Amino acid sequence: MTDLPNGVERREFDGRERLATEGEPVYGEPTDGTWRAWDPNRSKLGAMFELGFETVFDGGPDERVLYLGAASGTTVGHVADFSGPTYAVEFAPRPARDLVSVAESRSRLFPLLADARLPEQYAHVVEADIDVIVQDVATRGQARVAIENRRFLADDGRLVLAVKARSEDVTAAPTDVFDRVRDQLSETYEILEARRLDEFHTDHLGIVARPR
Amino acid sequence: MSDRTGAWFEDVTRHETAASATAIRSGSHAEPAPWPELAVESGAASDEDDYYDWLHDATVVATADAAQELERADDRQLVHAVRAMDDCRRTANELAERLAEWAGTVDDDPGTGVAYARRIVADETAIEDETITSLAERVVDLEDEALALEERLDRVAPTVAPNLVALADPILAARLISLAGSLEALAKQPSGTIQVLGAEDALFAHLRGHAPSPKHGVIYTHEAVRGTAPANRGSAARAVAGKLAIAARVDHYAGDRRPELERELAARIETIQARDGATESTEAGTDD
Ligand SMILES: C[S@@+](CC[C@H](N)C(=O)[O-])C[C@H]1O[C@@H](n2cnc3c(N)ncnc32)[C@H](O)[C@@H]1O
Repeated sequence: MTDLPNGVERREFDGRERLATEGEPVYGEPTDGTWRAWDPNRSKLGAMFELGFETVFDGGPDERVLYLGAASGTTVGHVADFSGPTYAVEFAPRPARDLVSVAESRSRLFPLLADARLPEQYAHVVEADIDVIVQDVATRGQARVAIENRRFLADDGRLVLAVKARSEDVTAAPTDVFDRVRDQLSETYEILEARRLDEFHTDHLGIVARPR
Repeated sequence: MSDRTGAWFEDVTRHETAASATAIRSGSHAEPAPWPELAVESGAASDEDDYYDWLHDATVVATADAAQELERADDRQLVHAVRAMDDCRRTANELAERLAEWAGTVDDDPGTGVAYARRIVADETAIEDETITSLAERVVDLEDEALALEERLDRVAPTVAPNLVALADPILAARLISLAGSLEALAKQPSGTIQVLGAEDALFAHLRGHAPSPKHGVIYTHEAVRGTAPANRGSAARAVAGKLAIAARVDHYAGDRRPELERELAARIETIQARDGATESTEAGTDD
């Protein structure tokens, strides 16, 4: 089994081993002291940890993360629990409000209401040489978003991407959609690992990549 | 100065949180830079920790404000969409009536309404007169436009008024906001007014003294009102309006979800409908 980053542990909740991080509870998840369970069914990144994807995070206060498609902050809250400065981009106003509440108790989580397809909207705020970009935008043009945001990533940084087939094309077979996304990505990124997340999220592909 | 960096903190100082938030919201730059380092070097922040504390305050305020403003703007979109939807549907129905009357003069098997227009369009051989089939196409287009607007309402309404939508449905929620004028206006209405929104004609007739007071306006379309026997419908309408009033206030002033509102309304309606007893009625139309 692959190591987990610092700050992420497998702990027992109600007799079951589960991923957990230390921080204020966010979505009614079970807690154990300062630890709170991380539900892989509600988080693609959580699912990727559960499925043993190669760990690209070190964890700790020096790690810088850019999270695209933060929604109400379910996953990015866990990321901020174990990482350093974490920039969270979300463009829908309603979930962004919940994201703000998650950020209020996390001093290194920075919520940004912006469109991930337009990095100029937040490049005056998000710093250069980010260690990890996590992307879960579930919209058309997911490869494009990853490519546009390459500018933030350190040369030895990593992209962790969850691709949702239905967002790209509802009629096409997921495998075809995934092939197309991988194809588009490969100009800018070298794909290190790609596996389906079906056990937790149907018709999603998890990808780990590094910039070329 | 010509050597501007484009950093969000360039024209603001450390403890101006409101101005910093504005700078975050309005700024833009093509490429990222090592902003924390630059902030410390330029003396804008005393060290990286200080910089991140500042950034945290500024982004939290900026995003909370921006999200709230965008949502406010959205309730106007909702009002336009629901009014346009009603206009399309009303016009489609009016035209469909005219169409049925006309087509009935040449069709051996005439029908009624928009469904008839769809049949004329689908079956090209039904009617040979192109003027009539073309009119049928307009009816179908208008109805399709209404459906597209309805879909949009389904998507937008939950972001504007999640509690209202959870208690009513997206269309009824949008209609109430439209009748009040805005979400803010709706949030300021007492529940008695919400109960009769959309029944203005009946209300004025009552005030002029020649009609009973209306028991409900558009909330009549709420399943809890329609599904209650006529004798108890007034109580059901009052209960629904009361919860909708609270939901509108939460949506406007707080914005968080309150699932307990749904549970409370369901319990209240159950009690009221229990009184219906044997007179069990889901039949509409028997009401005043
Ligand atoms: C599947 S949800 C993300 C869930 C979240 N990552 C989590 O695990 O907690 C996808 C989110 O991406 C957002 N999104 C879609 N397109 C976007 C864009 N162009 N820019 C920013 N956010 C976007 C949506 O509003 C939605 O909240």
